[in-house]
Amino acid sequence: MNQSISQDTTGATPVTQSDAAPGIKIKADKVKVFYGEKQALFDVDLDINENEVTSLIGPSGCGKSTFLRSLNRMNDTIDICRVEGSIALDGEDIYDKNVDVVHLRARVGMVFQKPNPFPKSIFDNVAYGPRIHGLVDNKSDLDQIVQTSLEKAGLWNEVKDRLDQPGTGLSGGQQQRLCIARAVAVSPEVILMDEPCSALDPIATAKIEELIDELRSNFTIVIVTHSMQQAARVSQKTAFFHLGYLVEVDETEKMFTNPTDERTQGYITGRFG
Amino acid sequence: MTDAATTMNGNTGGGLTTRNSGEAVRKSLKRRYAAEKRFQMYGILAIFFAICMLGLLFTTIIGKAVPAFTQTMINLEVTLYPQDIDPDGTRDPQVLSRANYRTIIRQAFFDLFPDVTSRRDKRQLFEMISPGAVFEIRDQVLKNPDLIGERVTIQMPLSDDIDQLNKGQIDRNLPEAERRVKDKQIAWFERLENRGLVETVFNTTFFTAGDSREPELAGIRGAAMGSLFTMLVTLLVSFPLAVSAAIYLEEFAPVNKWTQTIEVNINNLAAVPSIVFGLLGLAVFINFFGMPRSAPVVGGLVLALMTLPTIIIAARSALKSVPPSIREAAYGLGASPLQVITHHVLPLAMPGILTGTIIGMAQALGETAPLLMIGMVAFIVDIPQGPLDPSTVLPVQIYIWADSPERAFVERTSAAICVLLAFLVFMNVSAVFLRKRFERKW
Ligand SMILES: Nc1ncnc2c1ncn2[C@@H]1O[C@H](COP(=O)(O)OP(=O)(O)OP(=O)(O)O)[C@@H](O)[C@H]1O
Ligand SMILES: [Mg+2]
Repeated sequence: MNQSISQDTTGATPVTQSDAAPGIKIKADKVKVFYGEKQALFDVDLDINENEVTSLIGPSGCGKSTFLRSLNRMNDTIDICRVEGSIALDGEDIYDKNVDVVHLRARVGMVFQKPNPFPKSIFDNVAYGPRIHGLVDNKSDLDQIVQTSLEKAGLWNEVKDRLDQPGTGLSGGQQQRLCIARAVAVSPEVILMDEPCSALDPIATAKIEELIDELRSNFTIVIVTHSMQQAARVSQKTAFFHLGYLVEVDETEKMFTNPTDERTQGYITGRFG
Repeated sequence: MTDAATTMNGNTGGGLTTRNSGEAVRKSLKRRYAAEKRFQMYGILAIFFAICMLGLLFTTIIGKAVPAFTQTMINLEVTLYPQDIDPDGTRDPQVLSRANYRTIIRQAFFDLFPDVTSRRDKRQLFEMISPGAVFEIRDQVLKNPDLIGERVTIQMPLSDDIDQLNKGQIDRNLPEAERRVKDKQIAWFERLENRGLVETVFNTTFFTAGDSREPELAGIRGAAMGSLFTMLVTLLVSFPLAVSAAIYLEEFAPVNKWTQTIEVNINNLAAVPSIVFGLLGLAVFINFFGMPRSAPVVGGLVLALMTLPTIIIAARSALKSVPPSIREAAYGLGASPLQVITHHVLPLAMPGILTGTIIGMAQALGETAPLLMIGMVAFIVDIPQGPLDPSTVLPVQIYIWADSPERAFVERTSAAICVLLAFLVFMNVSAVFLRKRFERKW
């Protein structure tokens, strides 16, 4: 794919999305992200629907993680990172001065590419979020939350006998599901997942995909993935990023059968990426 | 596969006669294994050498120190005449403690040697008993005033020279003029031994007394307490300061000229000779703030300044080595920066911080130079009761004793070194214990 063409056509890309439809959870408007002098995202407009799985795809370095991390302001932890434009969660700009980041991150949880359980017991891993946010005031409520979270993450049966053992002692796939349980335990409204299966084998991946589909009924999910098949399997909506631009976003079905942009077509059919 | 390897060798292997890469690999393997073996050998040799030196150090020091743990005593039968101790019969402790016990001892001791009559001989004879003997009687009388008027046997120390003679540290074959113990004294001592009055006992004085000019009355307690108080002050001041500084610099401070300057200065501070810190303490804490001289507070503060950079550097590298994924996980759940640090980063960094702290404290424990500047080298008999009392510390005590001419201080120097080493071992063991606890918890 030719660099100059991609630059030229960006402005004219017809971004098909239904404006102000009911059930829009997050609305990104002209989002630009800079790392120091370098701009990583250019004017991204994207609506994320409630109780849907939205997948972000695109070649490496195109800004998927950057966009995902700007949805819960994880970029704040990077000194040189700067965000312009607006991102609204339920109509409220999350970059507004009055927004408390701690509260925001309790509403928008995150699961990372590499499983990163705390070096604590399985129980404490899941209980950490509810504890710091003061969601429970007695032990039995906490036990209940831990159990339901682990059940939602499909891990309960495997670990119920060893909740006091370190979370780091689980297998990679189990660790990732533990991280999902940990995020779920805070009862967020949105869960962001950055390539949650990239370190896992096909069986663990299948389990997590199944899980994502179940979680959809309670949560809004945004997932970054490098696997077309995964995007096609789990998501209702797919957004294709390229060189910092949001090239195309549409129903997943349509995206994989009849993409509008030739860059999308090229990427999906594996001609570049 | 083999073909490709052969052609490759053919193309590049110029002078080599190998035709097969398997052969070449086997040959180089041998070399690689040999190199590994050699390297292991060097390592083992180095460790062996270190252990030998350590063993040598310990055997010489402990060997020299052992005699200091015993003391030669005399079981002297004395009559506690009321007219000498308590002529008015008041039993007033004031009177009892000021009584002239010296005469009583003189009397009892001279009675053992009726043949010694000349003044000069009598003086030499009485020199055999330690000046501390009077305290033994006084303590007994104060404890039990009913003893007055009785005839009792009391164990009291012999002088350091006689003690050395008994321990075989004085060569009896030397000409009399070159010995500290005279021929007559040797003869008298042998008579005492023959009557079974001499006894060698465990030297409790060494562990219960402060410093003294008389070796047989000198103890390590004062210096040990001084070291303890100094270390406490050092730890209480430097640990929290250093850890907060490290956390701020590592987690909160923006990277700019300012913080870079601070960082460079901290690294430089770690390399400043310790005596400079002593001068600083003298100028600031004593002259400016008017803190007491020779006190463990000042010593502790000076050593804390010296230890700060060591702990800060260790703590920063420990904090840095906590994987970023842990921070991200905690931030992602909505933990505040302080919660991320106190709940996750700090506990994971704790073992490293403790290691740095122990290294710093061990350095501080052995430090002499800065303490000389603030007057902790003084001759102090009393045992300090708190960090404000004048005192000395173990390394300074070792230095003072090593500098004393009396033969009996040589063994006490080694014994003091043993006590210092015991302190060090204790500190290290507690650090290992703490580290294990933190590691187990996480
Ligand atoms: N912390 C950072 N500092 C500077 N530049 C960054 C930083 N993180 C990302 N970038 C830059 O921003 C651009 C987008 O990166 P991003 O991580 O969002 O890509 P990505 O689409 O997630 O790629 P991948 O699929 O490989 O994860 C890249 O050019 C990258 O070099
Ligand atoms: Mg990424």
